[in-house]
Amino acid sequence: MTNTWQDIKNANVVVVMGGNAAEAHPCGFKWVIEAKIENGAKLVVVDPRFTRTAAVADYYAPIRPGTDIAFLNGIIHYLLEKDAIQHEYVRAYTNAGLIVKEGFDFQDGLFSGYNEEKHSYDKSSWDYELDKDGYAQSDDTWKNPRCVINLLKQHVSRYTPEMVSRICGTPQDKFLHVCELFASTAAPDKALTSLFALGWTQHSVGSQNIRNMAMVQLLLGNIGVAGGGMNALRGHSNIQGLTDVGLLSNLLPGYMNLPVDKETSLDEYMKTKLFKPLRPGQTSYWQNYRKFFVSLQKALWGDAATKDNDWAYDWLPKLDVPLYDVIKAFEMMNEGQMGGYICQGFNPLQAFPDRGKIRRGLSKLKFLVTMDPLDTETSRFWQDFGPQNPAKPAEIQTEVFQLPTTCFAEENGSLVNSARWLQWHWKAADAPGDAKSDIWIMTGIFQRLREMYRKEGGAFPDPVLGMTWKYTDPHEPDPEELAKEMNGRALTDLIDPATNTVVTKAGTLLDAFAQLRDDGTTSSGCWIFTGCFTEKGNQMARRDATDPREQGIAPNWAWAWPANRRILYNRASADPDGKPWNPSKPLISWNGSKWVGIDVPDYGPTVKPSDGVGPFIMNAEGMGRLFARDLMGDGPFPEHYEPLESPVANVLHPKVSSNPVARVFPNDRASFGSPRDFPYVATTYRLTEHFHYWTKHALINAILQPEEFIEIGEVLAKEKGIEQGGWVKVTSKRGEVICKAYVTKRIKPMTVDGKPTHVIGVPIHWGFTGQARKGYGANTLTPSVGDANTQTPEFKAFLVNIERTAAPAA
Amino acid sequence: MALTRREFIKITGLGLAASGLGVLGFGAAGEAQAAAVRPFKLTHATETRNTCTYCSVACGILIYSMGDRAKNARSNIIHIEGDPDHPVNRGTLCPKGSALLDVVHAPTRLKAPRYRPPGGTEFKEVSWDFALDRIARLMKEDRDKNFIAKNPAGTTVNRWTTTGMLAASASSSETAYLTWKVARSLGMVVFDNQARV
Repeated sequence: MTNTWQDIKNANVVVVMGGNAAEAHPCGFKWVIEAKIENGAKLVVVDPRFTRTAAVADYYAPIRPGTDIAFLNGIIHYLLEKDAIQHEYVRAYTNAGLIVKEGFDFQDGLFSGYNEEKHSYDKSSWDYELDKDGYAQSDDTWKNPRCVINLLKQHVSRYTPEMVSRICGTPQDKFLHVCELFASTAAPDKALTSLFALGWTQHSVGSQNIRNMAMVQLLLGNIGVAGGGMNALRGHSNIQGLTDVGLLSNLLPGYMNLPVDKETSLDEYMKTKLFKPLRPGQTSYWQNYRKFFVSLQKALWGDAATKDNDWAYDWLPKLDVPLYDVIKAFEMMNEGQMGGYICQGFNPLQAFPDRGKIRRGLSKLKFLVTMDPLDTETSRFWQDFGPQNPAKPAEIQTEVFQLPTTCFAEENGSLVNSARWLQWHWKAADAPGDAKSDIWIMTGIFQRLREMYRKEGGAFPDPVLGMTWKYTDPHEPDPEELAKEMNGRALTDLIDPATNTVVTKAGTLLDAFAQLRDDGTTSSGCWIFTGCFTEKGNQMARRDATDPREQGIAPNWAWAWPANRRILYNRASADPDGKPWNPSKPLISWNGSKWVGIDVPDYGPTVKPSDGVGPFIMNAEGMGRLFARDLMGDGPFPEHYEPLESPVANVLHPKVSSNPVARVFPNDRASFGSPRDFPYVATTYRLTEHFHYWTKHALINAILQPEEFIEIGEVLAKEKGIEQGGWVKVTSKRGEVICKAYVTKRIKPMTVDGKPTHVIGVPIHWGFTGQARKGYGANTLTPSVGDANTQTPEFKAFLVNIERTAAPAA
Repeated sequence: MALTRREFIKITGLGLAASGLGVLGFGAAGEAQAAAVRPFKLTHATETRNTCTYCSVACGILIYSMGDRAKNARSNIIHIEGDPDHPVNRGTLCPKGSALLDVVHAPTRLKAPRYRPPGGTEFKEVSWDFALDRIARLMKEDRDKNFIAKNPAGTTVNRWTTTGMLAASASSSETAYLTWKVARSLGMVVFDNQARV
């Protein structure tokens, strides 16, 4: 989230699209109701289903799964056509006026530079025209046809209300009504907030869905302001934290990147990370990258990381492919290219697409380790549970270790919520039996490996032996010590070269990442967390809920990254002169000598408005990007592509129907179904009573939603002779699910390109362990397709068939 | 008078007991009533502040456990409710959070390490030493055999692609950081968490 949960109450329009907050995030959703009651906000829901969020909406519009970009580009078309944008904001704070390179083009569904063989783009033309000093050229009058805003206008010109309706199945009048509500927030003192979740990410165009909405928000001047923003509601309790700390194939902590093969030295690595400003005088804060990187290396390898060995640069692994993501991992397993797999609090047999492929992959491993408080399906993939998990144990040679861990109530530590708050929690009891903390278990494995490498040698032991491990208890490090290590310290007395005096004593915990240096005198395991645990103590444990003006900031509750800033890009809440756009809900303003307000400025605290420094300080041009340059895999502008499995061809460019750079392994192509065999669109989702696959272990939740079912509209149910509560068989090219049908008014057929289109809803929660009844799991049906940028699987739009069937034998 | 929430509960609990004592002089009926009015059970509980384990709204919760954390006492969690001080959830919990107690005490909570050998049809309980020794040995064998120190071009790449790991998005950031250190020190690149799905 750019903003906070409570800040939602400041919105004038709340848009829930790509999520279902009332059911998936109920206690956060109360702030939407607060916005409706206290601020007169209008709630708009765009969703294939009439969800409980839709049930309390002021306006609901249906949409076919997987067509959000057509809808959002249609909104941009409307806003530009009606000139309903916040002009001053767009001119000063976005790249609307920058001039795009001559070679950039878009034709018949493809951007310039497409390589058909490699399914990827040469992105060199996706950039600005630079002047002789390397700055992007600009035309403030927007007359140059190559200005971003003019290219955008041209790009979205195809997305007329008629076209949107034809693709999305949304009736034109409903689409136009939503457009009007969006447009109402172009006024400088009005804000729209976008709340979204996996309904946007789990598509082959997931990243572009979100980018598209961010563009809408920039045009409306809704980024950085109270009641605005792009608010990813997110999933697990610390999914934000694990992303922040970089537990993803290609990441280092704090959104730095793991090196790739061609970056043969630290200098080569840094060449692509210089972040030279693209407009004069811009902050381009990533210019400090090297300080964050060297401080990380010092945290990891201490004295062994020296200037002479490039700060142990070679001790980090390098990537030969962009990502070893989960879809690739299971492809490798199926190809016999993997020996071992460790699942810590993760249940891939339930969570990853094409369950049959997941089971076959696990069966080819030499060893599988699961670490979990609960008895997961993954840990028992080798056991026969009937049709829900057919397996022949004798034929599966995988050694399996099922390790019992503590749960949240049995440990100290911090979690980062979707609003980037690091909140500390405390242990209430010991774990049952002989269960141990993940910290103890990971350390136990590490210490044994370290000992073996010390005694026996082996493949490149240096980074294992050299990893810093200076904890009071080396077998179970204290979470507070780990938090301090992430926060960072001065390793020597830090001297201010201007005054030649010591400004920070050696050993001191740092207050801010601005103190980090690239000369090996500071360490920090995760630079964006610097400030979370200082000499003043554990800032994450703060519990002062005081909230100035009751505006939803609560600056002294826990601690938020970065720098305890609660609303990202808050400089954009004020006009170029530093006066708040919305005087009744200001965040920061310029008082003549510095920036003041209720939030920590996302800006140089004394940078004068007249200096013309843009509010988007992480971007090299200082501006919000309506044109993404080369940062997306599938184009600088979002384009509508059909899901990999779709009932219709792409009416805009039938030859390039689906995302040309979506990740599909050749082996998986054979497992895609056609609309002839699988005529119905399916989408997956959570129920309010369950959280993924754990709550079926909790008795109350297992009672509330005890068994697997699918949802089907009344029209299709009648057509197929399916009764309320009757048994059905749902099939995709990859497998079948036999369960009960819930016939509902909440899903209605839509007219897509003139044809009636039915959607079937598939809740995800059931498996074969826990207290609920056994189920097949939605991922039996879903395809193995990855988004072009993140490789997130396309769980939200695929094809199935459905027929009534007899009840299974008891 | 400034009271913490817990002190407030304690005092009201004591107040109930005191009013019971007050009627003692009125014979057996009063005595029976006093015996029936027990102090509120949470007044004996230890209150611990925590965060709901499910979604990223991160509702504040209060965990109540029996036992005062004396060295020989084992705490037992008896109740979990929303934290009214928390600025986001203000004491509320959803159908998932309201049932947290049931997941803490789920009958399928694991209590001992278990192992299933190749071709085995059952799990069997093993010691931690057996499990961790064997896991470390398997990892080392796989790493030593498949570690890629240099790519065909001769560049140092130091990666290990044949053993992978999924990390837990419901674990703490401190667990995550330690896990990151272990995985990357080994050169592991097949590495993800729930944020990928």
